[in-house]
Amino acid sequence: MIDVYAIETENLRKEFKNIVAVDDLNLKVNKGEIFGLLGPNGAGKTTTISMLCTILKPTSGKAFVNGYDVVKEQDKVRKSIGIVFQDPSLDDRLTARENLEMHASLYGVKEKKQRIKEVLELVELTEKADMLVKTFSGGMKRRLEIARGLVHHPEVLFLDEPTLGLDPQTRAHIWDYIRDLAKKENITIILTTHYMEEADSLCDRIAIIDHGKIIACDTSEKLKKTLKGESIILKVSDNKKAEKYLDNAKVFDGKIAVYVKNAEKEITKILFKLKRHKIDVYEVSIRKPSLNDVFLALTGREIRDEENNKKLIRRGPWS
Amino acid sequence: MELEAIYTIWLREIKRYLRAKERIISSLAMPIFWFLIFGSGMNIAMRLANTEVKYSDYIAPGIIAMALLFTSVSSGVSVIWDREFGFLKEMLVAPISRTSIVIGKSLGGATTALLQGLMIIGLSALFGVKFSLFSLVSLLPLMLLISIGFVNLGLIIASLMETIEGFQLIMNFVVMPLFFLSGALFPIDNLPYFLKIISLIDPLTYGVDAMRYIVLGASHLPFSISLSIITIFVFITSIIGAWVFNKKQ
Repeated sequence: MIDVYAIETENLRKEFKNIVAVDDLNLKVNKGEIFGLLGPNGAGKTTTISMLCTILKPTSGKAFVNGYDVVKEQDKVRKSIGIVFQDPSLDDRLTARENLEMHASLYGVKEKKQRIKEVLELVELTEKADMLVKTFSGGMKRRLEIARGLVHHPEVLFLDEPTLGLDPQTRAHIWDYIRDLAKKENITIILTTHYMEEADSLCDRIAIIDHGKIIACDTSEKLKKTLKGESIILKVSDNKKAEKYLDNAKVFDGKIAVYVKNAEKEITKILFKLKRHKIDVYEVSIRKPSLNDVFLALTGREIRDEENNKKLIRRGPWS
Repeated sequence: MELEAIYTIWLREIKRYLRAKERIISSLAMPIFWFLIFGSGMNIAMRLANTEVKYSDYIAPGIIAMALLFTSVSSGVSVIWDREFGFLKEMLVAPISRTSIVIGKSLGGATTALLQGLMIIGLSALFGVKFSLFSLVSLLPLMLLISIGFVNLGLIIASLMETIEGFQLIMNFVVMPLFFLSGALFPIDNLPYFLKIISLIDPLTYGVDAMRYIVLGASHLPFSISLSIITIFVFITSIIGAWVFNKKQ
């Protein structure tokens, strides 16, 4: 049974001193899928991946990767997966080719030369193969890491925030490579991200994760359909009152969001209703559903807010 | 045994060493000054004291030991850099045992220390120190042994250290005393009692003494005792090194 899934977890849990980082996670990923773990920073995505990659030991629960137990069959799991970490992990005093050669040797790859040639072509780094990695741009390093993760023919490739810190153009490029290799290499890809567009454009299925729990898991289309459709964002004089009188309304960030089937048609009704209850309207905007709205509807927060808050905290008086 | 993995990690150490040419050159500066200024100055002083041994001959084994010590401890400690710049993760998630990583690192670091030591031998020959073929051949395995022990020591310290900032601290408070109290530059006989005790605990003391026996044919302790103590040192640090690395990383 287990063999059907690339990844399967049963009540997977990880606790650090006082924090439950991953809270009884149940996850099933089919072979050949591009599967996304979407959530704000600190939601438990990296911790989940670390357990699946055998870097961290679960506190309790079980996890199987390609049918192998991540605790009892570490080496088998490791041989069958490729990993691209969130932080860089190349040796920048070696050349791109040397980094790949080392990886191939550590994983006991046969026919190294041929395979290295293949993966270099896949990420279009053939011409830069013999340059030192320290001369590479951020995007090139990422591509090289993706290539390295593929050298030993893994069945599952983990990408932890693959485009973090890259500019939008490079990001779009990396997406192309990921789509391309999913097709060419015929593997399962698990990626974590807090970029909505990334999950939306790449993933076959997405698990939205918050506080260590999966709060929704489906295709991007279906997740969006769980919303009433579109949303109308209003800035009004009294949020609480507005929330009471309007159906499917939620307050966030000092504004109010109303979920409706067809925003253009219903906007007049809503404005009329607000006027009748003597609530002033200052601003109105219409938003087509995005994954952000899904997250918002499920948690009452925006993913972006979390990120910004984090940044503010990090830029505090200490730094 | 994961020979291919060990070889891979060994090769990486060698490549990194050979590519840091500026560092190799600057690492030769101190020994040159030592021979040039200290060596020639002290030669006169020693002659006045009616000794037959030239001071430059006396300190040659000490300076070789210094090169071995500095290079091997910093190779061991370089695990901190691997951790800081992420490469350690790549090794840790590979389907190889932690022990193979330690063996690869240890042999790689020791090989670079040996190369560094050979350069100092060449340098001391330039300053008039004479080595017989026999002494050169017997120095090599001894130098390798000493180096392995100190790479392991560096690995152990690095595994216990949380941050990169501690590096300078180690160089100042561990490596320098190990060097100065090893008898590399002067006989430890005349040291005050408590310093002498430290000298006798310092494993490098026995390394220097054994090398001095090979180069000068004279030493404080019998060669067999020095050699045994170094061997025990290598054995103990290997076991602790593998254990700490398995536990901490």
